Parts: sequence; C-alpha cells; structure tokens
Amino acid sequence: MTGLATRTAQLQQIMGMPISVHLRGAGMPADREAAIDAVFAELHEVDRLFSTYDPDSEVRRLDRGELTLAECDPAVAEVLALADEARRRTGGYFDVRFPGPTGVRRLDPSGLVKGWAAERAARHLARVARDDHYLNAGGDIAMHSAGPAPWRVGIENPDSPRTVLGVVELRSGGIATSGTAHRDTHLVDPTTGLRATALRSVTVSGPSLLWADVYATAAFARGADALDWLAELDGYEGLVVTRTGAVLTTAGLRLR
Amino acid sequence: MVSEPKGLSVRRITFWIMSTVAALVLLFSYRTSTGGTAPAAVTAAAQAPGIVAAPPASPSPVTGSSGSATTSRATTVNGSVAQTQWGPVQVQVTIAGGRITDVTTLRYPQGNPRDAEINSYALPALHDEVLAAQSAGVDAISGATVTSDGYRTSLQAALDTVHFG
Repeated sequence: MTGLATRTAQLQQIMGMPISVHLRGAGMPADREAAIDAVFAELHEVDRLFSTYDPDSEVRRLDRGELTLAECDPAVAEVLALADEARRRTGGYFDVRFPGPTGVRRLDPSGLVKGWAAERAARHLARVARDDHYLNAGGDIAMHSAGPAPWRVGIENPDSPRTVLGVVELRSGGIATSGTAHRDTHLVDPTTGLRATALRSVTVSGPSLLWADVYATAAFARGADALDWLAELDGYEGLVVTRTGAVLTTAGLRLR
Repeated sequence: MVSEPKGLSVRRITFWIMSTVAALVLLFSYRTSTGGTAPAAVTAAAQAPGIVAAPPASPSPVTGSSGSATTSRATTVNGSVAQTQWGPVQVQVTIAGGRITDVTTLRYPQGNPRDAEINSYALPALHDEVLAAQSAGVDAISGATVTSDGYRTSLQAALDTVHFG
C-alpha cells in the first residue's frame, strides 16, 4: 500500500529564507490546508516581532530602548529567556548579543528564533498529519515520522554543495547545520567577537530542533574541541567537518 | 487506478526538487554585490511565466504501451520571476516522461563581474544537482542557511503551472 502514499509540500520565503512544509502518509486529512496556513501565518508573525532587518520590529525597538521587555509581545521574553539558557548551556559560545565593531553588544536573536519558531510552528502539522511531516527552515529541519519509513536527510557537503556527505535517517526531533557555505554573518565566536574559522560546518540532531540548532552554532564557534563537546550532550549527536575537510561524527550518528 | 502512478511520480519529482534544490541553489545568497542591489545591467527581458511548449493534446492518456512515447512528450514551462536581494531570477523547466529533464536559467543577477563569476559556476552546479537529485533518495537536506531562494521560488512556480506541485 505504500505506493498509494501521498505527499504534499508548500514553500514560502519568510525571515529571509525558504521555509517548506512537507506531509507524507497514506491519507491526507481534510484540514491539512488550514494547518499549513497556520504554520506560515505563525512564522510571518514571528518575523514581524523578531526581524533584525525591519527597524520597526519589536526586537529592534527593544534593542534601541524604545520598548521595555514588558511592553513587548510575550514571545520576546520567552525567546530571551531561552537565549539566556542557551548561553549557560554552551558556556557562552551561543549568545544573542554580539559584540559589534565598536565593542557595543547588539541584540540579534535570529540564531535562536529560527529553530524556536520552526519547532513551534511544526506543532500545527503534528495535529493533522496522520503519519509523517517535516518543516525545513533554511536547512534546519523539524520532523516526525510515524509511518513505515523514516525521513532521509542528506547532510550538505560544505565544500561542494552539489553533493551530500551522507544521509541520516531520522524519525522525530530536529537536525540543524551551521557553516559557512551560504552565509557569513552568524559565524562569529561570541566570546571573542572574531570569526570562527576552525571548522567548515557542524550538524547536530536530537529531540529538539531548537537545541540542535543552538548546539550546532555553539560547536561551530568552539572550533577545535567541538566534537568532544558535542559527545557530552545527552540525547544529541553531531557531525563536524574540519577546515582540512575531515568528517568526524559522535558515536551515535550513523551516516549512510 | 491507471492514472495514479503518474500523479504520484510528478508529486515525487516536485518533492525531490524542493528538498534538494534548496541546499545549493542559493549560491545566489552569496553577497556578490558590495554596493547593494544593482539593477541587472545586462538581462534579457523576462519571459512570460507559464507553459511555452507542450506535447500535442492526445485523445486519451498514454497507458504505457508505447515505450517511446515518453521522450517525445516534453513540456517546457517558465517559472515566475522571483525578486531576490541581488536581482530577478527566473528558471525554465522541461519535463518529459514524468521526470524533470532540464532546468535552464532564463534570468539571474549579473550586475557586476563578481555576480557573473559566481553564477558561472553556480548555475551549472544547480543544473547538475536538479538532475542528480531525482535518484539520490534523499527527502531533505540539512545545510548552512540559505538567505534567499529566488531560484527555488521560480522553479516551484514553474512546476505549479503544470500542476506538478
């Protein structure tokens, strides 16, 4: 009966990146369109609150002191509380306040908002998808599979985006990659303000996309000891590509 | 039920495309223009989105008894023009025998020599990737963030036009 399985996918450009929603299963629930609409509507709202490009977003106004945290949407306080926890969990290697050229730290929670928002929005899919779904936000993926097959996720080769390093099979949780392949803005070591250059990319998978994303970003900033640090994380697995091109994985990550 | 496999296959193609193109397409996302978005100095006029070439209407669906029928039944469709930070992007997709057989870039940012240099290797890479992806057996790709996705947007529009989405 697997031949009768159906798939549907929708894509929108939000928060400056492509975000796509995918459903797979033996039957599609009638209210799937409403659920997908709810996903995208929620992500647009997150963008409105947290955009660092829009000078009128709540985050920008908060950073300029024009709003107090109490005056912001409660989601802003939730994200900043998570950011504090992320800084603690990573020994300061994940920080939403980046040192700028003048030494003044600017608030940019984008690195946390993406995983947080994607994981949160994917809950709309969990309510309607009988079998399998995933949400891919610019290469960071929140997923669930209750059907016969796991999701097969290719890990991009940072030196040759035409190819994948390998495939991991995942049923639930999230997988996120930090690296230099497509972007050069969020790869600063927050402890020094300098560019992190020891690694090409770090991929982390685990039960939560939010934390997989945070750990991948922090591990990238750590550099040389990233794999050892990832190996200590309970429930999360990692893959590191070093500057010289070596591919290293934690013990629980099976690359196919 | 004869028609089911065809419907399934085109959905799957869309799926492959969306999943895999995303990872690399936006080589466009490199900040190739240092002075912001320069209007593309040399670009062909945009081609109208939609089907530009389709097989002759046949009186009945092909049932698969004719092995050679698939290769000649190519549909060519233009995607919409996607506006990106670096300029407009438009692609054209050719579908034959239920598979994407070619992807051509009709329009891309070329506001300065660096754009042209990037695109000179990005576009062939994309072309190869799209065609290779159909046999890769991968549902999704985890990669470093792409910041823009005009190519993918236009590609999806092309596929939607022929109801392959």
